[in-house]
Amino acid sequence: MNWTSFDTWIVVVGALCAVACALPGCFLVLRKMSMMGDAISHAVLPGLAIAFLITGTRASVPMFFGAAIAGVLTALFTQWIARFGNVDRGAAMGIVFTTLFAIGLIMIRQAADHVDLDPGCVLYGALEMTPLDTVGQTGIPRAAIVNGGALLANLLIILVLFKEFRLGAFDGALADTLGFSSQFLHYLLMTMVAVTTVAAFESVGSIIVIAMLIVPPATALLLTRKLPAMLIIASITAAASALIGHVGALIVPGWFGMDATTTSGMIALAAGILFTLAWLFSPTEGIVVKKLRSRELADPVFEESLAGK
Amino acid sequence: MNQLFKRLSPAGDAAGEDLSFHPDDAPLAIHDLTVAYHRKPVLWDVDLDIPDGKLVGVVGPNGAGKSTLIKACLDLIPRASGEIGIYGKPYREQRHLVAYVPQRESVDWDFPVSALDVVAMGAYRRLGWFRRVTKEESEKARDCLDQVGIGHLADRQISQLSGGQQQRVFLARALMQDAELYLMDEPFAAVDAATEEAIVSLLRTLSEKGKTCLVVHHDLATVTTYFDWLVLLNMRVVASGPSETTFTRENLQKTYGGKLSLLEKAAEALKHTVD
Repeated sequence: MNWTSFDTWIVVVGALCAVACALPGCFLVLRKMSMMGDAISHAVLPGLAIAFLITGTRASVPMFFGAAIAGVLTALFTQWIARFGNVDRGAAMGIVFTTLFAIGLIMIRQAADHVDLDPGCVLYGALEMTPLDTVGQTGIPRAAIVNGGALLANLLIILVLFKEFRLGAFDGALADTLGFSSQFLHYLLMTMVAVTTVAAFESVGSIIVIAMLIVPPATALLLTRKLPAMLIIASITAAASALIGHVGALIVPGWFGMDATTTSGMIALAAGILFTLAWLFSPTEGIVVKKLRSRELADPVFEESLAGK
Repeated sequence: MNQLFKRLSPAGDAAGEDLSFHPDDAPLAIHDLTVAYHRKPVLWDVDLDIPDGKLVGVVGPNGAGKSTLIKACLDLIPRASGEIGIYGKPYREQRHLVAYVPQRESVDWDFPVSALDVVAMGAYRRLGWFRRVTKEESEKARDCLDQVGIGHLADRQISQLSGGQQQRVFLARALMQDAELYLMDEPFAAVDAATEEAIVSLLRTLSEKGKTCLVVHHDLATVTTYFDWLVLLNMRVVASGPSETTFTRENLQKTYGGKLSLLEKAAEALKHTVD
């Protein structure tokens, strides 16, 4: 394997993006809204297309605004359809994001086809190309700065509003009675997801975003029962997936006599493998431990509840 | 009643929270309240005055709107019509005076927080946005857990608690709020005997301190022993008054309608009180 500074940057961009997704992802998983990440990452497409059509550039700022608005609209439409259409929230989500995604695709095909806003690129990304597009003379890839910015923003918001986010995710009704609007917290989270998704779009594509929003948090939840630890473990898992994914993309195909494969795909696969390991071997929730434990007769929690403590 | 609502001062407290409350005003005064889900009324024209310092039991059949009543008082659900006064003012101005104990099933008990974290949430309104839980509030949260008899479980993750212990965590959280009016949704549902006892003694303590508690209850056999004021609810208020005079066969029949098994239970309970 021939490791260059290119490879380092690919891993760094992948890791920044993965951690930026994993942080809001923890709250999506805890709110049992994992599919919302999927929905929003698709539904931002028309937002991007409209932002592009209005401004005529692919500059980041209008793109982020377009995405943030599309993200909030997705959440809003989902809620409306669920309430007034009297359908399940999952179904409402499915209606909204497929429709918006389709509109976005049509817009790109019809109006923006002559420029380089490529649907394939939006879906699968081009992580391997990111080190080529650097900012000025610094040699730092633009994608590293964009994804790093998203990570920093998410980190700051979660640090500042940690208490509120936890309350909103655990007991929205209590949050409302105490005067912390659960609606506001909900839409703030949705905006974070939308903006993070767009930051990640070009580099890793939307499919990896969906994996990174959910898989590292789900892995962390198998390993800890404390929220701060969950955020940290999810971040480590996400970053590790990026590293393992890129290394895997370089060497694994070689074992079968093939060329290196796409890093994005391997990152998602690495995250899946890490999840499987946690699921099997977690010291508290793992299948192996649970099997061993079920053989023991004494269960301290059960005994205590019998004693009515 | 109209006078009461004329006294609702919209501008007076906008500048800052008025921590005083007017003891002359009822802790909870509901006027003409109607709540509907998808155009189907759940509460219809409810008028209710809860006197100060009482332990109030709210009973009625399933679907009678008991939980809805509590949620409407907390502005958690929109109301089709009506007004609700908490010590003479709308809820949004009186948040600091009201504590809420939701039904235990309303939250995910696998959530990664400890018992102490959950109890500390009761202090969030005092802390406001951005500010973290202080050391004093954390100590106070431990105190509240002690008061419900599970101080030793403070650092347990909540999924490792039994149902009764989880219910006590919710009660401790309500204590943490330092309220005057406590709204509790089925705190006695599916709890062990020890927890039931702990809740009852907690309610007595609160009552001795002059607090008012409104508790949704389902067990007609214990309702007169636990509560000194009763509200019989079935979409409308069938009766509201002191337990002795309100817990009558006639009122129960009106509340529970043709549900025979429940009526038999009620008859049984009546016999108990007579004995």
